[in-house]
Amino acid sequence: MSDILLEIHDLHANVEGKEILKGVDLVIREGEVHAVMGPNGAGKSTLSAVLTGNPRYQVTSGSIRFRGEDLLALKPEERAWKGIFLSFQYPVEIPGVSITNFMKAALNAKRKAVGKGELSPAEYLSLMKEKMAFVGMGREFAKREVNVGFSGGEKKRNEVFQMAMLDPVLSILDETDSGMDVDALKTVAQGVNSLRSPEKSFIVITHYKRLLDYIVPDIVHVLKDGRIVKTAGRELVDQIENGGYASIG
Amino acid sequence: MDETLKDLTTQSYAQGFVTDVEQEFVPKGLNEEIIRTISRIKDEPQWLLDFRLDAFRKWQKMTQPDWGHLKLPPIDYQDIIYYAAPKKDKDRPKEIDPALMETFEKLGIPVGEREYLAGVKDRREVAVDAVFDSVSVSTTFRKTLSEKGIIFCSFSEAVHEHPDLVRKYLASVVPAGDNFFAALNSAVFSDGSFCYVPKGVECPMDLSSYFRINASGTGQFERTLIIADEGSRLSYMEGCTAPMRDENQLHAAVVEIIVEKDADVKYSTVQNWYPGDAQGRGGILNLVTKRGICRGSGAHLSWTQVETGSAITWKYPSTILKGDNSSSEFYSVALTNNWQQADTGTKMIHLGRNTRSRIISKGISAGHSENSYRGLVRIAPGADGARNYSQCDSLLIGSNCGAHTFPVIRNANPAATVEHEATTSRISEDKLFYCGQRGIPEEDAVGLIVNGYAQEVLQRLPMEFAIEARKLLQVSLEGSIG
Repeated sequence: MSDILLEIHDLHANVEGKEILKGVDLVIREGEVHAVMGPNGAGKSTLSAVLTGNPRYQVTSGSIRFRGEDLLALKPEERAWKGIFLSFQYPVEIPGVSITNFMKAALNAKRKAVGKGELSPAEYLSLMKEKMAFVGMGREFAKREVNVGFSGGEKKRNEVFQMAMLDPVLSILDETDSGMDVDALKTVAQGVNSLRSPEKSFIVITHYKRLLDYIVPDIVHVLKDGRIVKTAGRELVDQIENGGYASIG
Repeated sequence: MDETLKDLTTQSYAQGFVTDVEQEFVPKGLNEEIIRTISRIKDEPQWLLDFRLDAFRKWQKMTQPDWGHLKLPPIDYQDIIYYAAPKKDKDRPKEIDPALMETFEKLGIPVGEREYLAGVKDRREVAVDAVFDSVSVSTTFRKTLSEKGIIFCSFSEAVHEHPDLVRKYLASVVPAGDNFFAALNSAVFSDGSFCYVPKGVECPMDLSSYFRINASGTGQFERTLIIADEGSRLSYMEGCTAPMRDENQLHAAVVEIIVEKDADVKYSTVQNWYPGDAQGRGGILNLVTKRGICRGSGAHLSWTQVETGSAITWKYPSTILKGDNSSSEFYSVALTNNWQQADTGTKMIHLGRNTRSRIISKGISAGHSENSYRGLVRIAPGADGARNYSQCDSLLIGSNCGAHTFPVIRNANPAATVEHEATTSRISEDKLFYCGQRGIPEEDAVGLIVNGYAQEVLQRLPMEFAIEARKLLQVSLEGSIG
């Protein structure tokens, strides 16, 4: 069996004083794709926020270890440098900052943190070009302001583009299928699938089966009322589709 | 501990060094004798001495303005040295002291005309007038420019070599008694830049002035006069820095710009005077009057300023739109951090028909600073079809700073259109987290977000200037988080 990448133990977390996660346990090994499904308000997005260190959420007890290291002691950027990436459900607009400049800042910050020099402009541009083609984005995309005036589909495509640029070890896709038409969904799923490798792991958070038809998970969890109530193989997806979340747990 | 703290808070102002040169000074204080001495040192004609003395008498009757949203420390005008100049080598009076050359090189200001290799065009040529305390030490590319009939020299030289032009235009836009600080400048101004672009000539390179305060106990009172004759074009840039000192130093300049029919002037400033330390000690008091007039029809004047320095900034680059169909813009980014105070904005005075103006102001306040936009849009009764659009945005970083806007609109013409928009925002936690999740640390993220916020203004700057301005915004924000 491959090595453990992420280990969550009895995790409790609050937002605005209200307990959302009530004891989550989860183990993810290298190369695995996990789906986390569940009804609205179950705590799916809270889980992704806590994993990435969003300051609006407070962990009250429990632990998260990433490659054996205490993740909760790290700042958001330090977690990013370790290779954790979140594809946001609601990507944030940064007016006046081009995608080119934004990604350059992100990439160079990471390189600096791991003791590498900055990419040369030529190296950087060729990387941009490659990854833009990868998610099917035209040349003008590089000049656009981060998420400003983007359609729902464009925003998600931009998230997957950034994921490809940063080459993470653990990618968390938070409701990536929301606000997307089927064509955009296929492009995004293709992008994600081609990033799959024996070293890289994914957490795909979703409400619906749709995305999981394209990104096929190894393991499926059902999160309900702040706890993982069921873990099984991909057949669980169909069970939920037929019987609803009420049939689980 | 204190030393470490001081190092941390002051190291970001890289231009805070002092140049060790022998200087000559006039005695401290301000009276008619001092003014006569300055005029004598500069070997000025009688009419200019009379102009100074007239201004001084006006100034004596005036009181320091207090309408700004500023806490101006008391200024003892008798405790300032009004003229300081590096001593010339008696044997080689024409040569520039190598220490001065070195100073400007260190500041990144090319005071020598470098030879560029054929085919290598990585840097555009820029002509520079470099002013050190009270004197201009070098003006480059004068010969190249004079071939096109362009006059670019220090103000003092212009007084001797082009007295008719100076006499015709001096104080034609900013009269000696315009305001307290302009009157003071008119009485004691020492040097500055002069530029004349003749009819129909497009200036082949950007011109610039660089102002350096070096001596302690002094103030800098420079005067810039720019004349763009009919149909000419000019891009002018201005930069400035000063050493770090615990006491305040006064900078009271006057800039006048005359834009004739169909001429086009773009005036860009990156203001980086020493802002004082993190406790609010020291820094330049930047109290300046800048004004241009679009005299002829179709004239155009564009102001772009990036203000990051000075303990106090009191500055309103303005345009009088006299010619029909003339137009002007004011693009401003003013950033205050620590205990800095800025009260800055513009006046657009519409006199001619179909005159247009546009104001884009981006204020950024951090630390304990106070940042105000103050603007006047005045439409005269005869300015049929005049249009103004103003947009004033404020960005707050932290909870101890202030942002204020004082826009005044006086429209005496019902056929004019005036629009005003304003926003106030904070750098949201969501934005910082999004950047952080991508690996961008908080301080860098703030720099990035602020640069994006200011982008609309920064993109108006000439390219090299824009790069410098971006770095400056980032550096000036150091310590604003946490």
